[in-house]
Amino acid sequence: MHQPTSEPRRSIYYDYQVMRPWLAAEHPDSARAKVVISGAGPAGLTAALELARHGVPSVVLESELQVSEGSRAIVFTRRSLEILQQVGVAQRLSEDGLPWCFGNSYYRGQRVFRMENPHDDNDRFFPMLNIQQQYLEQYLVEAVQAQPLIDLRWGNRVVGLEQDEAGVRLEVDTPEGTYRLETDWLVAADGARSIVRNLLGLKMEGTSYEGRFVIADIRIDLPLPTERLAFFDPPWNPGNTVLMHREPHGIWRIDYQLPAGETPEDALQPESLRSRIQSALEQVGHADKPWEMDWSSVYSARTLTLPDYVCGRVLFTGDAAHLLPIFGVRGANTGFQDSQSLAWHLAFVAKGLASPKLLSNYSRERVGAAREIIDEAGKSTRFMAPPTRGFRLLRDAVLSLSLTQEFVRPLYHWRTSRPHEYTGSALNCAQDDNARFHGGPAHGAPPSNVKLGDDDYLLDHLGGGFDLLYFTEGPAIPGDLLETVEAARKNGLPLRLTAIGASSPVRGADKAIADADGHVRQRYGVEGEGAAYLLRPDQHICGRWLRLDAERLGAALTRMLSQ
Amino acid sequence: MNSTKALDIAGLEEVYDQLACAIDQAGPEKSELFLVKLALLNANALGDPSVVNAHIQTALRDL
Repeated sequence: MHQPTSEPRRSIYYDYQVMRPWLAAEHPDSARAKVVISGAGPAGLTAALELARHGVPSVVLESELQVSEGSRAIVFTRRSLEILQQVGVAQRLSEDGLPWCFGNSYYRGQRVFRMENPHDDNDRFFPMLNIQQQYLEQYLVEAVQAQPLIDLRWGNRVVGLEQDEAGVRLEVDTPEGTYRLETDWLVAADGARSIVRNLLGLKMEGTSYEGRFVIADIRIDLPLPTERLAFFDPPWNPGNTVLMHREPHGIWRIDYQLPAGETPEDALQPESLRSRIQSALEQVGHADKPWEMDWSSVYSARTLTLPDYVCGRVLFTGDAAHLLPIFGVRGANTGFQDSQSLAWHLAFVAKGLASPKLLSNYSRERVGAAREIIDEAGKSTRFMAPPTRGFRLLRDAVLSLSLTQEFVRPLYHWRTSRPHEYTGSALNCAQDDNARFHGGPAHGAPPSNVKLGDDDYLLDHLGGGFDLLYFTEGPAIPGDLLETVEAARKNGLPLRLTAIGASSPVRGADKAIADADGHVRQRYGVEGEGAAYLLRPDQHICGRWLRLDAERLGAALTRMLSQ
Repeated sequence: MNSTKALDIAGLEEVYDQLACAIDQAGPEKSELFLVKLALLNANALGDPSVVNAHIQTALRDL
């Protein structure tokens, strides 16, 4: 019998709420599910909210009775905030989080590299936002609780599964024992130690690195800006790397690499933690400040992915699908992109708009993204925590040279998480003008945001289905285009038509954006009347035309549904 | 490998002595680090990863 702890987790700044377990005996009419999501972490909850937005109900099974322990993922990228805006929690995160743009790397007391990632006025969100994962999960849980299409079941743990072509039969353990749950589709969002992955006997491919890091949260009042601090080879931890990040609520995250051979148990001894954290504080000139420990854990870098995120009727997302190093904030930030992508692909299949073959596109695109991330993260990891004598020599040579030689300093930049571009996606239009544009986001790229006015940005108006952006100064959408759009809608394709460039309402468009100063046209490389962009439900670009005509639009829309 | 600019005998002898002295100056603990730094500086001056790779392959021979 599954007995999750009903004691609130301990924290000096976060008040854990313990939820009531969902018990089958109290829900005798519980029916077969369309989609079951295992895991109520960031990836699972985002998938549930996006599925609901596409009209697909889901049951979310969470083994625990409360949100996760410790700050865990603390840095969220602009693209993550844009995705979280789609599910309705970005504003709370922005209000409570700490935005930042700069990172600093130090060696022998000298700042040898400064990463500058300035905030563009056209972006609603900063390049990075720091907030503890508990808050993110709490806001997602509250959004889920307000969403009638999602049935969130606390204290429910998947312990068995069988599947065939028709669906998945789950055995779920709860504090009163097990029950059976059938579903058309199962989404495995159950994290790094995914039970679903283990039950299916699936193996991840890639590399595990030996370098271990302690990650610790302390409460301390430090008069330092919200910028990433990285210290290489500090005197108190020779050869190793130390990172510091400010978090909300007076908390700082300190990550430090352990000397080779030290065990996690030894590293987490209170006296070991205390003296090393004290050394880190001394290094930034604040050894005199009082501080208090909140949470600590040990972490080692891995670059692993499943080779396929679809296994029959089971789909993988987030850490259940891949394990990525924390350097470059690639864990949760990759998970949001997975779940946003998974949700629309699965929704189209679950609603019968596309065949299950569409799901292989999800897998292809996101496995491709994971492999790209692994390639980049591997480079960062080999610099941060060199795995062999050769890599250590090269890293140490670069540290030494960086004191005087500009050309090696960019090696300190560990390629922060960025959205993958689906350049070769099967969903990209074959007969559009992609290559003839001189600017703007190309095939497969995420959209560019544009400031339209006070607290008003282009991406505020997009998402939830396909978006066709039609650039016109005229009073109406051409009749034959509109007929093509209507025909696609009749076939069930959710498609919103937004006219950009006209100062008054445009007949036939769902919305008109004036773009008086031409910023949207400029950011999208649009030079003339009748240009258009087609965005997928995850907002990535899948087609663009210098001058759209009904025939080519029809071909593009048919392509989406014929996958 | 067929660089148009090669060392003449006098130049080669000069570099030979300088390298030997620098390795001794760096000492047994740091000579390896010194040589890697030097390799990176030279690679940057060459400005061509394929030439650097050819040099790496040549240097790996007959160890």
